Amino acid sequence: MSLFSAENKKVFLENIWKENPIFRQILGICSCLAVTNLVYNTLIMCIALIVVTVATNVFVSLLREYIPGRIRMITQVLIITVFVTIVDLLLQAFSYEVSKQLGAYVGLIATNCIVMGRAEVFAMKNRPWPSFLDGLGAGIGYSIILIAIAIPREILGFGSICYYPILPQESWIAWNIMIMPPGAFLMLGTLIWIVNASGKKVAQEGK
Amino acid sequence: MSEINPIIIFIAAIFTNNILLSNFLGMCSFIAISKTLKASFGLGCAVTFVMSITTTVNWLIFHLILKPLGLEYLYFLIFIMVIAALVQFVEMVVERYSPTLYFALGIFLPLITVNCAILGACLFSIVRNYTFLQSISYGIASGIGWSLAIIGMAAIRQRLRFSNVPKSLEGIGITMIITGIMALAFSGFAGVVSMQ
Repeated sequence: MSLFSAENKKVFLENIWKENPIFRQILGICSCLAVTNLVYNTLIMCIALIVVTVATNVFVSLLREYIPGRIRMITQVLIITVFVTIVDLLLQAFSYEVSKQLGAYVGLIATNCIVMGRAEVFAMKNRPWPSFLDGLGAGIGYSIILIAIAIPREILGFGSICYYPILPQESWIAWNIMIMPPGAFLMLGTLIWIVNASGKKVAQEGK
Repeated sequence: MSEINPIIIFIAAIFTNNILLSNFLGMCSFIAISKTLKASFGLGCAVTFVMSITTTVNWLIFHLILKPLGLEYLYFLIFIMVIAALVQFVEMVVERYSPTLYFALGIFLPLITVNCAILGACLFSIVRNYTFLQSISYGIASGIGWSLAIIGMAAIRQRLRFSNVPKSLEGIGITMIITGIMALAFSGFAGVVSMQ
């Protein structure tokens, strides 16, 4: 199979939109919604999540012949946690301020169902290269939604994007609700509404 | 951080800093289980139970074992292992000594291993430098707060079945928006106590 065969492309693209982890499967919104009030922090968090998903997928796929079936869950969790620790330490080393703001949420990537879900569903049965694409697709699909939530929240809450002011700072009255936790829930609900109403049917109930 | 009274942390963790509504943890099972009131109650009890134990045990492990050995960077790994092991252990003990409770909790116990609220409570009590008493009270109260949110949600969703929701908002959409309104209501307590 060539590197960019039609099948591989399908794996990658399906995860971004058709099988989008948040909309289709309502997975893994836990750890990342909390950081969506600033676009910059969201970006960092998304990169961390993509790295962990891709690395875990490739690693699990390489080891899939050697992982005993009965203890595969715990093995996957261990692999995920190792990569989360690496990402956390790298973040502390190179971007201490952001790491302090994200706090415990980086560690919580370890319990994000998306990472585990992709490892269990895809990587255990496929070769490393498709698994790499699958992880990348799932990570990017997830990030798009988070960024779509973060942008309106930061614009309405602070009048800026990535700390760069775009609305007039003197006359703009910030919407405090957008910075506070309820803003994230309302924003995600509205987003699902918009996507549904525009004709793309989203998963009915959480699975 | 050590000057905050554990009782204040207890109240704050239930109302003002609810782990679900203000920290977004445990959302997956929240959405999946909150369809029925009875299941929500069972899961709420199980989470409270496990969370109280894991927060305490993980605090002890972090401060008595990992810190003296200089192994703090391993804490994600250790915490997850501890939670998985403890859930298994609790399951066996409950099954042996209280079959009634075991059947009541049923499938919810194993589900808890992957509930991010449990790991979240453990991590927060380390990151915020809680003392031993503070982290015990934080663990118990977070569990209660989480149960409160999921039971409230289940009750609302049962009523919702008979109401007229816009077609494209049904299911997850309306659940998220109601959660938002609930979070808004809970943030009304914000001035009462604070823990940070």
